[in-house]
Amino acid sequence: MAYNKNKIKKNIPTKGKLIVVEGIDGSGKSTQLRLLEKWLISRNIPVFFTEWNSSETVKQITRKGKKRGSLTAITFSLLHATDFADRYERNILPLLHAGYVVLADRYVYTAFARDIVRGCNPTWVKKIYEFAIKPEIVFYFKVPIDIAVDRILAGRPTLKYYEAGMDLNLSNDPYESYRIFQSRIIEQYESLSLSENFTIVDGTMEIEESQKFVRSAVMKLLPPNIASTVGRTTRP
Amino acid sequence: MTRKASFYGHAIPYLEDVEIKGRFIIIEGPDASGRSTQIELLTSKLEADGHAVLNAGLRRSELIGQGILEAKRSFVLGRKTISLFYAADFADQLENKIIPGLRSGYVVLSDRYIYTLMAREAVRGISRSWSRNLYGFALKPDLVFYLDVDPNELVHRVFKKNSYLDYYESGTDLRLSDNMLESFGIYQTLLRREFQRMQKRYNIISIDGNRSIIEINQDLQKRIDDYLANLQNH
Repeated sequence: MAYNKNKIKKNIPTKGKLIVVEGIDGSGKSTQLRLLEKWLISRNIPVFFTEWNSSETVKQITRKGKKRGSLTAITFSLLHATDFADRYERNILPLLHAGYVVLADRYVYTAFARDIVRGCNPTWVKKIYEFAIKPEIVFYFKVPIDIAVDRILAGRPTLKYYEAGMDLNLSNDPYESYRIFQSRIIEQYESLSLSENFTIVDGTMEIEESQKFVRSAVMKLLPPNIASTVGRTTRP
Repeated sequence: MTRKASFYGHAIPYLEDVEIKGRFIIIEGPDASGRSTQIELLTSKLEADGHAVLNAGLRRSELIGQGILEAKRSFVLGRKTISLFYAADFADQLENKIIPGLRSGYVVLSDRYIYTLMAREAVRGISRSWSRNLYGFALKPDLVFYLDVDPNELVHRVFKKNSYLDYYESGTDLRLSDNMLESFGIYQTLLRREFQRMQKRYNIISIDGNRSIIEINQDLQKRIDDYLANLQNH
């Protein structure tokens, strides 16, 4: 009988490397990860980029629910876990097995921080994501709340309902709500930073300076077989 | 009458201290075990006896609805993704239907509950402790019945009902056998074993589902009536 007994494994051996950036909106993490991607591609290293809450399949299925604007802390958390699981099962894990450098713009820590701020039980949330492989490195972009908020509000004046944390009833003013919400997320990141051994990047540094730091940290992680591809002209 | 709701694990944060008045009864069992017929009969009788009854069940929420079925048919989703989708859908159902119903004093009759979801996940190799944690926010029901039907008998009922074996109810995704009938038999046996395994932990009452509709109904109705009468006497 071909009864499938595969259990969820915690530490699956992989040839690839998982690199994660975390931080609140406006901390500069996405810019840095995109620059890192360009660099890896230019060096012919097989790379895959994945973004939080971006599964098209999950989006299609949940569109209706989000439109209703009736998500609670638990459904919100579970739908994000679903999105993550979909990207994890179909992209992240197989690509790591195949030897890719997987770049994740936000990972399980975003779920921990947001869900815990929304009142979900920390043990519950962490156990849901326990199937996720531990990244090789997590860059945490640390930036004072005012700088991050200014960056965001300068470019994109309308805040979405959940993005502003309006479901938490922190304030009737979306901007004020957003500020409080983000500062609570920072608190969660700060505590995760120690327990999860984040590599802290000063988000107030110049872009080039940060990128130099990020690249040198990543360079050390690349295994000899990947590092040896540096300089070759053929794309894998 | 009013009492604090009790949960299996970590409750939904803002519902931890929710007060409920109604009673929560689950009918579990495989497809074609007669669940929906029994629920109809029980509902009519309970209503005739003056209870307000609310029917609930898996896969009825407006959050995800049909989308999940379509995605499953096109085989695009992984197993954990499907589990989490069902959990989200269930959470929506619990918060928006079951708990409000119980707060207003309804007898909520649910066509299946988390046990079916956990059994399906377990036979697909998902860790039981992971599923238990996932559904920790589920409210503990007052009564859980499992319509236990011998898989050999079940197959005849399925054929009578549909004249074909459903892809998922046969566990075809598990590639248990190339023969669909054999696959159905193995899959249903595995699920049945999971229910036996869960029986003690979740106080699941096994009901002999090989009998006639009327016999099963009398059995269920008596157990429910006794339970409700007992509450009145206390």
